[in-house]
Amino acid sequence: MNASPSSALLSVSNLRTSFYTRNGVVRAVNGVSFSLGKGETLGIVGESGSGKSVTCYSLMRLIPQPPGKIESGSALFDGIDLLTAPEELLRRIRGKRISMIFQDPMTSLNPYLRIEDQLIEPLLIHERMPRAEAVKRGIRALEEVGVPDAARRIRGYPHEFSGGMRQRVMIAMALITRPELLIADEPTTALDVTVQAQILELVKRLQQELGMAVIWITHDLGVVAGFCQRVLVMYAGRIVESASTERLFARPKHPYTRALQSSIPALQSKGAELYTIPGLPPDLSKPLPGCPFVPRCAFAEEHCKQPVELMEVEPSHHSACLRVQRGEIQL
Amino acid sequence: MLRFILRRLLQTIPVLFVVATVTFFMLRVAPGGPFDEEKRIPEEIVRKLEAHYGLDKPLWQQYLIQMKNLLRGDFGPSFKYPKRTVNELIADAFPVSLELGCYALLVALTLGIVAGVIASLRPNTASDYVPMALAMIGICFPTFVTGPLLSNYFGLQLGWFNPGGWFFPEDRVLPALTLGFYYAAYISRLTRGGMLEVLNQDYIRTARAKGASESRVVVRHALKGGLLPVVSFMGPAAAGLLTGSFVVETIFNIPGLGRFFVMSAFNRDYTMVLGTVLFYATLIVLLNLVVDVILVWLNPKLKFE
Repeated sequence: MNASPSSALLSVSNLRTSFYTRNGVVRAVNGVSFSLGKGETLGIVGESGSGKSVTCYSLMRLIPQPPGKIESGSALFDGIDLLTAPEELLRRIRGKRISMIFQDPMTSLNPYLRIEDQLIEPLLIHERMPRAEAVKRGIRALEEVGVPDAARRIRGYPHEFSGGMRQRVMIAMALITRPELLIADEPTTALDVTVQAQILELVKRLQQELGMAVIWITHDLGVVAGFCQRVLVMYAGRIVESASTERLFARPKHPYTRALQSSIPALQSKGAELYTIPGLPPDLSKPLPGCPFVPRCAFAEEHCKQPVELMEVEPSHHSACLRVQRGEIQL
Repeated sequence: MLRFILRRLLQTIPVLFVVATVTFFMLRVAPGGPFDEEKRIPEEIVRKLEAHYGLDKPLWQQYLIQMKNLLRGDFGPSFKYPKRTVNELIADAFPVSLELGCYALLVALTLGIVAGVIASLRPNTASDYVPMALAMIGICFPTFVTGPLLSNYFGLQLGWFNPGGWFFPEDRVLPALTLGFYYAAYISRLTRGGMLEVLNQDYIRTARAKGASESRVVVRHALKGGLLPVVSFMGPAAAGLLTGSFVVETIFNIPGLGRFFVMSAFNRDYTMVLGTVLFYATLIVLLNLVVDVILVWLNPKLKFE
């Protein structure tokens, strides 16, 4: 929306993904648009069920269909619409030009295959590299992500690795083809705090070395602050605010973002009771015509129940709060 | 691994000992004897026969003699087929059952795994329902129904095969299919279940994210884990298949071991029953060992212990 089309690597518009469940149609992603420049780092934050992961899985068409269904939208990556491209073409992009790392490194590696076979698979699939050469690249990739004794450990199985080491393996695997875009789906959530910091530093370093773009999905605003240039805040399947990281932290333009900030313990004065947002996220199987945050919002008024769109409220700063857009409140 | 196999083999000795002992005494407790026939045999001849086979001795002596012979691998003479030993009879009949069993196993594994994998790829669609419905029918139809149907249709009506017998290579087809279909039905359901479980795992999503094709996902990433339930089932199933099926061998008139297994019990052919039971038990124990080795090989998290 703000990056000019020429520099955009990925441009998503009006993405809608639903899940057809027994309890009705869950609109997990409801009209999401954003764009991402080459080498840019974008954070997507939101609580569980806000649609941040589904957004990214939709881009890679990794949503199990059925029950999932991409209802509408487009996602142009280098001129190719990822949402409608033939499976064959999409497979040549997956794992080659766009890679992913996942939340739980314990379950994301195949327990029945050696690290070696999994690690070098992208090279065998996409670059048709001879096996011996691919193994050499694999060992080097493991060394780059800080797996000690890589030449020996590459012959091991996932259960012989700790959680942090497995996530390093996942990262090495994702980056072995030097992708242009890395989608990281909460890769530090399942790890110890000290290991979290190591993994974050590792991705930061590799991002700078390789110059790739990164979409970092997280519910941790602290991680975003240290890594991302721009942030999308998602709530109930929509983007409610989008801004550069400094602006978002310094001058949030949506009550939800402000509430999220208030619930970071480190930003509170010592001894104060931890702030939590009252209530629960809305049921996405029910239609939500107005602002979805109204029931939990401290600033909500009667007119907040009418439909609202994401709008630029300050240069390169978008908000989906009607009262902010009308200048009725300053946050 | 060698130590694991050796230890397991040593463990089979007490198992086989118990099987032999229980079988021996159960046979003697069962009413009737090997020389009871509809036409009464004169007392004197029965006594002479019993003396010949050592049945006149006290039970504990019979037991000890029997056990001593078993230790030497000698199952003794058959009561029903005079002048032939149980060892000879098994040596004649087992290769036939083994051959039939191998073909049936091939049919069962190929059909079962292919059908199960196909069903698991699109669960709850026609490509799942059709093979699984067929499998359900396969499980419900016992071999004594499918056997005569196949024999009658392909043997008598179409004349493609001999309706029975075990003389020409093509005689293997109908019995192998009869036996194989039945096991294929079970295997396909086990395969489907195992594959569905594995295909929902996170690491399958990882494989797709790497750009792996659907066939690569199934063959390289899913099959190894998905077939674990099938492998566990195959131990006892293979033992049953390889030692022959009484029903199929009777329908198609095949000189295999399965018929001895059942007929010897009817005949109270004490030595033959003991021989076939022990043979079957040994095979089950060995095949379970093979299955355990395969399971460890398939699943790197397991270790030989």
